[in-house]
Amino acid sequence: MEERDAVKERGSEERGSEARGIAMPPVSPPAMKLEPPAEAEAAPAGREPTIRLRNLSFTYPGGIRALSNITLDIYPGQITVLFGPSRSGKSTLLRLLNRLSDLSPGARKSGEVLFEGRDIFAPDVDVSALRRQVSMVFAIPSPLPGSIWENLTYGLRMAGITGQEELAARVERSLRQAALWDEVQDRLHQSAFRLSGGQRQRLCLARSLALEPVVILLDNPTSGLDPLSTATVESSLQELKDEYTIVLVPHSVQQAARMADRAAFLLDGELVEVDTAARVFTAPTNRRTEDYVTGRFG
Amino acid sequence: MTRQGTQRIATAVITIVATIATIPILAVILFIVWQGLPALSPRFLFTSPSDGMTEGGILPALLGTVYLTLGTAIASIPLAIGAAIYLAEYAGQNRVTAAVRLAIANLAGIPSIVYGLFGMAMFVLFFNLGTSILAGSLTLGLMTLPVVISTAEEAILAVPAEFRTVSLSLGASKWQTIRHQVLPHALPGILTGVILGLSRAAGETAPILFTAAAFYLPALPDSISDPTMALPYHLYVISTQVPGMPLAVQYGTAFVLLLLVLSLTLVASVIRSRVRARREW
Repeated sequence: MEERDAVKERGSEERGSEARGIAMPPVSPPAMKLEPPAEAEAAPAGREPTIRLRNLSFTYPGGIRALSNITLDIYPGQITVLFGPSRSGKSTLLRLLNRLSDLSPGARKSGEVLFEGRDIFAPDVDVSALRRQVSMVFAIPSPLPGSIWENLTYGLRMAGITGQEELAARVERSLRQAALWDEVQDRLHQSAFRLSGGQRQRLCLARSLALEPVVILLDNPTSGLDPLSTATVESSLQELKDEYTIVLVPHSVQQAARMADRAAFLLDGELVEVDTAARVFTAPTNRRTEDYVTGRFG
Repeated sequence: MTRQGTQRIATAVITIVATIATIPILAVILFIVWQGLPALSPRFLFTSPSDGMTEGGILPALLGTVYLTLGTAIASIPLAIGAAIYLAEYAGQNRVTAAVRLAIANLAGIPSIVYGLFGMAMFVLFFNLGTSILAGSLTLGLMTLPVVISTAEEAILAVPAEFRTVSLSLGASKWQTIRHQVLPHALPGILTGVILGLSRAAGETAPILFTAAAFYLPALPDSISDPTMALPYHLYVISTQVPGMPLAVQYGTAFVLLLLVLSLTLVASVIRSRVRARREW
């Protein structure tokens, strides 16, 4: 497939010889999924993970242990969902992937996060460049003060990209990807605060996409949105997943099941189970996963 | 007593207290305006004193205060804003930071005459700047620092944290985040603090008493190493040191000083309210 090759090209130089990809066996589409995406089931096989977590632990100042010994591979071309009850460490995990965890001074971390084969916590890593490649969309859509245009080009301008043509091209492309172009193309220079909640979240998604990242992290991106806006964001993500590595902390188990190609269940900072979505949501191997997925707790 | 009854009494008491608090301010302003306004004329503002200061205007003192205020701004603003940025954005929770904060808090509590003495010892004598606009500006600048630092720090901390997080998450560096997201939105608040600090400096007498101010100068200062006349000190001089001083000249001078300081304060509050009205978050 064309998209797959494109994805491979983007990261393959750095990945080099690290070919220890944990290949998940392809699983037949489960009954509960209405539209089993054929792409998803086969995805991990033969593909290098974009991000690998190795024995990752994270403790906030004050001794609150948020993550314990997480080992997880995250693959390109699909949506990896991190789900679990609140305070299970999902957001902490997400923030470690682009080092927003640096903003918690005094926290302790052990283990490794490898992005395209390189340890992102190595001293020579350019954190700004990392955050452009591993981009975050937050739960509360926060436009920066300024116009839609200024929001979309902010990261690019900070990276030194100032050519108006390039900026315009990226703005249009990312707005189209986030399904917002038709609504805002005539008012790019109006304040981003005039957008509705759903539009703001798509703006934030577009703002990340404008950076042409490799990975998109989404921390409960539909928490404040109405069902219609949620559906728009969800369908954008489904369309984007072929080209990107998407990591989603979902709003609910239902959303997790709708969106996931691969699902990781976290509980109290531990990774209980990770598998294809089909398995996790229909035939989980762990009792606690089953209890959570079926709504017995959480 | 009924709840409505206590409510009425509380409202009445609060209204009376607020009115009483306003009366002295209004009284001072009205009295100065009433007494000083007749003395005001272009000649009063734009000529030098003559006949043992009983005649003529206040131009050298007015200009001197403008020079000193500008000098204070130049001396204090960069340092104060730098310190505020450091405290709000960079300082860790450690002993150095605690010491810096303690120093600033204490600096704010030092009486202005002590600044005057310190300025004389430090700038006039030790650095050998002499009694000069420079020494006076530095002394006033020092006195202004804590006010501007604390208002600027507050203004910086009032910028919502998510702007910083979002900016960093889009790959901006810490300094880019401060430069493009924090400072622009903190600027009105910082400006307000700066203007309030300067308006206080403009009206101070004690810090310039030994460092910059002259009783009477026949000519305007040529450079920043010259002493200068200044409005607050001039007012002190003509009120206490010059026999036979017409009252109108004294109140005229007070009126001009008041006008200067009040208009600075007014500018600050206009900036503040305009920004509040325009702000979108």
